[in-house]
Formats: sequence, structure tokens, C-alpha cells
Amino acid sequence: MKFRVYRYDPESDAAPYVEDYDVALESTDRMLLDALIRLKAVDDTFSFRRSCREGVCGSDAMNINGKNGLACITNLKELKEPVELRPLPGLPVIRDLIVDMSQFFKQYHSIKPYLVNDTPPPEKERLQSPEDRDELDGLYECILCACCSTACPSFWWNPDKFVGPAGLLQAYRFIADSRDHATSERLDNLEDPYRLFRCHTIMNCIDVCPKGLNPTKAIVKIRDSMVKRTV
Amino acid sequence: MVTERHVTGAHFGLKDWIVQRVSAVLMALYTALLVAIALWNGGVDYALWKALFANAAFKLASFLFMVALLYHAWVGVRDLFMDYIKPFALRLLLEAATVVVLVAYLGWTLQILWGGR
Repeated sequence: MKFRVYRYDPESDAAPYVEDYDVALESTDRMLLDALIRLKAVDDTFSFRRSCREGVCGSDAMNINGKNGLACITNLKELKEPVELRPLPGLPVIRDLIVDMSQFFKQYHSIKPYLVNDTPPPEKERLQSPEDRDELDGLYECILCACCSTACPSFWWNPDKFVGPAGLLQAYRFIADSRDHATSERLDNLEDPYRLFRCHTIMNCIDVCPKGLNPTKAIVKIRDSMVKRTV
Repeated sequence: MVTERHVTGAHFGLKDWIVQRVSAVLMALYTALLVAIALWNGGVDYALWKALFANAAFKLASFLFMVALLYHAWVGVRDLFMDYIKPFALRLLLEAATVVVLVAYLGWTLQILWGGR
């Protein structure tokens, strides 16, 4: 199978370049990650991240034929040859397909991605009604692979100021949580022309999310919550 | 000196977002009104146009439309600058120039509607 891969090693290369590979696959190879592991055996200078190899850890996010996705859950049969592989767009490249995600996680941390509740914890656990629990569906599944944020033009232009779709989806996950007591502070934290309102509803985030989540909907719900408490 | 932006909301932005949507609705209503008037009269000629703008209520509606348009344009153009113009000084200059131009347009609108000749 033919591949065109973005290569860059800042220690030895003056500039990034594209390298062509023809990789012999085994009949058991199903997913793009299988092929990348074969490729690595052919050329061990080729670098990429991977860990769980089943779409749970979010390590092997990359730009596959122009669209962000996870190599481990991208079926080889669905890919047009040559398969063009690039690092996630908009983030600094460390080497080949490995990007520096510091900015992404900085935005994630800025929304306080943990439960805030100062009441004494009950003996067993904080209970929720089934309806309240249902509110978290479509939010808690995010694996922080950064496919969505790095497909978002608003995040490309302002990665230091715009929280981005992944961060905002996570922010709404805690705003929607009936056990969380910091809803108002969370909305204060986001009410900002850059942090929230850089979203222009482009919806690339929905298009690329490998887990089938809908960050745009979460962003709409954050704005709704703000409108409700203001108007 | 730490000039990095402190991570919290600036506590504004929601109002502009709401106004952008409300002004869009206002403009759509005014456009529908214009189209309805044109259809009702089988087209627009100079006499109808003159009669329309002699009507105080229509003038007021036109004024509201222009205010909606100018505020809508302000939010939209500022969004463009915030997205694409990185140097702070240039962004400030462009935003200030936009405000000046839009306020001038408002003055011009008043002149046209109620200036008299």
C-alpha cells in the first residue's frame, strides 16, 4: 500500500518534506495503525504516537488524506492511495507526525476540568437522577485526541486565546453536571469574546470527531446557559 | 513582566452575540417589508419611493434598519479583525477606524432621512 508521509526532524532537516513509501501489508492488517507499525519496521526513523490501539487513548490522532482522525480506528479499505499522512494542523511539530499539544492542554486546563463541590462528600458517592446522568451523554466520552480543535480555523488563528471545541465540550460536561456547584464561575470563565465567542459555528469539529461527538452543540448550550442567566 | 493573558473571561461578548442575532432578525423583517411593498404595488417607481420616505413610520423603520445594520457590521468586522489581525496596534487602529466610519454612516443616514432639502 502506498503512503505519502510528512517528514520533519528539526535536528537534521532544514525544512519539512514529503516521503513516499510502499508498504507490504499482511492479510491480518485492518487499520491504518497496523500499516504504520509495518512502515516503522521498514524505516525506523519515522515517528508517530500510539498507545491503546483501539480508539480510547487518543494518541494516534493525525491528518489522514486531509481529514483529522485516529489511525487505530481508520479502516485501510476506506483509504484512497497514496494515503497522505500529516501531523495535526496548527500545532508545532516536534518530529514527523508528533505534535506539541501543550497549547491544547493549556486551554483544557483553563476550564477546570474537574468536579467542584465543596459540600462534604457522602459516605458512598454523590448520587444523580437517571435524567441528570443522561445530560452527560455525548460529553464524557471525549478522549482529548485534539482532532476537533486542530480542525477548527478559529483555534488555528487564536490557539492562545480561544478555548477550542474540545475544551468547550469538556467545559459544558461540567456545566451540565448536576453534582457540580461552580456553574456560575464556569460561565464567568467563558464569557469572553475570545475564549468562547471565537466559535463561528464552522462545525469542522463535528465532521472530524472520531468518537462521533458534537462540540458545536455543547457550545450552543453554553451560550444558551449564558443567555438564560443574563436575560 | 508577565504580559500573558490571565485565564478568565473578560465578562463581555455575550451582549454583542445577542445583538448580532437580534439585528439580523430586524434586517430580515425590514427586507421582507420592502419586498412586500414592492409586490403589493407591482414594482417600485420614483413616486412610490418618494411617498414611502415621506411617511414618518417608514422613515423610523428605515432608521432602525440602518442602526441594526451598523451594529451588525461592527460585530462582524470586529470578529474579522480579532481572527486575522495579530499585531495589537494595527487591530486597535482598524477597529477605531471602523467605529469612526460606522458612526459617520449613522450621521449620514440621519441627514438623508430627516435632513430635508
